[in-house]
Amino acid sequence: MLEQQSVFTTIKKNRLAVTGLIIVSLFFLVAVLAPVIAPYDYREINVQEMLVPPGLKHLCGTDDLGRDIFSRMLWGARISLAVGFVAVGISTLIGILVGSLAGYYGRWIDSVIMRFVDIMLCFPTFFLILTVIAFVGPSIWNIMIIIGLTSWMGVARLVRAEFLSLKQREYVLAARASGASDARIIFLHILPNAMAPVFVSAILGVGAAVLLESALSFLGLGVQPPVPSWGNILTEGKANIEIAWWISLFPGLAILITVLGYNLLGEGLRDALDPRFKK
Amino acid sequence: MILYMLKRLLTMIPVVLGVTVLSFCIIHLAPGKPTDKLSELNPKMTPEARQRLEQYYGLDKPLHVQYLSWLKRIVRFDFGNSFSTDSRPVIVKIWDRGVPILDRRLMVTLIINVLSMLLILSCAIPIGVYSAVKPYSFFDRITTVFVFVGFATPAFWLALLLIILFSINLGWLPISGIKSIGYDGLGFTAQMFDRAHHLILPVFISAFGGIAGMSRYMRSSMLEAIRNDYVTTARAKGLAEKTVIFKHALRNALLPLITILGLSIPGLISGSIIFEQIFGIPGMGQLSFQAIMGRDYPVVMGLLVISSILTLAGNLVADMCYALADPRIRTK
Repeated sequence: MLEQQSVFTTIKKNRLAVTGLIIVSLFFLVAVLAPVIAPYDYREINVQEMLVPPGLKHLCGTDDLGRDIFSRMLWGARISLAVGFVAVGISTLIGILVGSLAGYYGRWIDSVIMRFVDIMLCFPTFFLILTVIAFVGPSIWNIMIIIGLTSWMGVARLVRAEFLSLKQREYVLAARASGASDARIIFLHILPNAMAPVFVSAILGVGAAVLLESALSFLGLGVQPPVPSWGNILTEGKANIEIAWWISLFPGLAILITVLGYNLLGEGLRDALDPRFKK
Repeated sequence: MILYMLKRLLTMIPVVLGVTVLSFCIIHLAPGKPTDKLSELNPKMTPEARQRLEQYYGLDKPLHVQYLSWLKRIVRFDFGNSFSTDSRPVIVKIWDRGVPILDRRLMVTLIINVLSMLLILSCAIPIGVYSAVKPYSFFDRITTVFVFVGFATPAFWLALLLIILFSINLGWLPISGIKSIGYDGLGFTAQMFDRAHHLILPVFISAFGGIAGMSRYMRSSMLEAIRNDYVTTARAKGLAEKTVIFKHALRNALLPLITILGLSIPGLISGSIIFEQIFGIPGMGQLSFQAIMGRDYPVVMGLLVISSILTLAGNLVADMCYALADPRIRTK
């Protein structure tokens, strides 16, 4: 309890982290309330209002089919959030599992796993993701799974390092002496103490996944139209780049602010949780 | 030193093998056969012809046999022929001896990446050093904001905005490509100038994220270096602050940068795919994207392996440089 309280007060003192938390919560709200606050239906095509510049009627203008970009961006927030959280959930789970196995058992298990991590790290991840998606077909579920499957290596290394130092602690030896099973020691004794850096990297990971999804959708290998995502609205922006700057400007701004929010929150939490920064 | 290099090379062997196995598996576990693309475009394709085609590519043999024969070929840099309409060998697509050296795909991408790396270093090192020397100053705060915003900016979006501003509204820079239409009629100096003109936006875009990341890295590395005892000693014996910062602290702070440079290679390759697509640059990234979209299996497999090996080689060179620069590593 005391520990939690001190973390909380450190976050409150850290203005960057608070800004991040506000941004993240705001976008979370927007995503949940998208159907309520969107002024137009995101699918509604209106041939009389094609490529209307931003104004009072259409806050962020309309695209070449006369669809309201502001409404499409609100729905796009849902996609970003969903992809970010599910992908990071997958990668964090894999990372924890792989990292704790390597760190706890050591020896050949560790060498095999860490070699595999090396192999995964030297693949150009983005190229790999594009290739796999092109083969299995782009859909929001495929994107989440593939981003998750290709971004667990950092977490695995973190967890492994934590395990290497924690497994020598006395409370672990005590647990082993009292006959606790390996699984019990790993999940109940060591893992809870190794979670702080994992949590930080997960939050930073959400930002990275949002960026990745937007890049994939921008290239046409992500979320498929007519479902709006910030990335695929930007594709339309590129197609109309010479006549409609607003299609390009606003979705990118949304991506920037969201990712900035997660990064600020993550960095702030790292400062709060890292004992070296405590006075 | 030689022992260290040998050890490093030996640990690379299983990784290289793993890379080839994984690339091979990814391609072959994908639904559909690689020859589907060839045959579906051709209405005259009979089942027999299809079978012949599969035989030709060895697709009727068991997977491990296919893998071994593929491995044997890529050791000789033979990545097979492209499935696209030109059906040229993969290696020729990357390095075509028939065109001027500056137009070969690998060269185009290399030039952009080397230039952007130079831009990153020449911006990030001064920024990082200056904010570390005066931490929490006005300059440091401004650069911290820049770093956070830079990290969060999607490079492809920034590219679109800069195209709108500089190419469409101001008309200062070309929208896409690496040379103008009348390029061949120009003299040598004008040709080089034309190329440089086309490279400004792509190089800046590919460097942008790196400048943010690297200056952050430089700052923390420099902060750490300044805290060392030898810096205190240097100050205590009355050396000028300039000498202390640039000779004692900076040299040590630059060491970790070598590793970071080596680690950033996969990111550069990935980045090339996006910005070459946006700017219509005929380099490796564009080739990768076309191959992926066209299910051009030999090209995709070849590029996956080549870029992974480039990454490994980059890491190796970085480690070597580190060992050369830092005697503590060598003697370990």
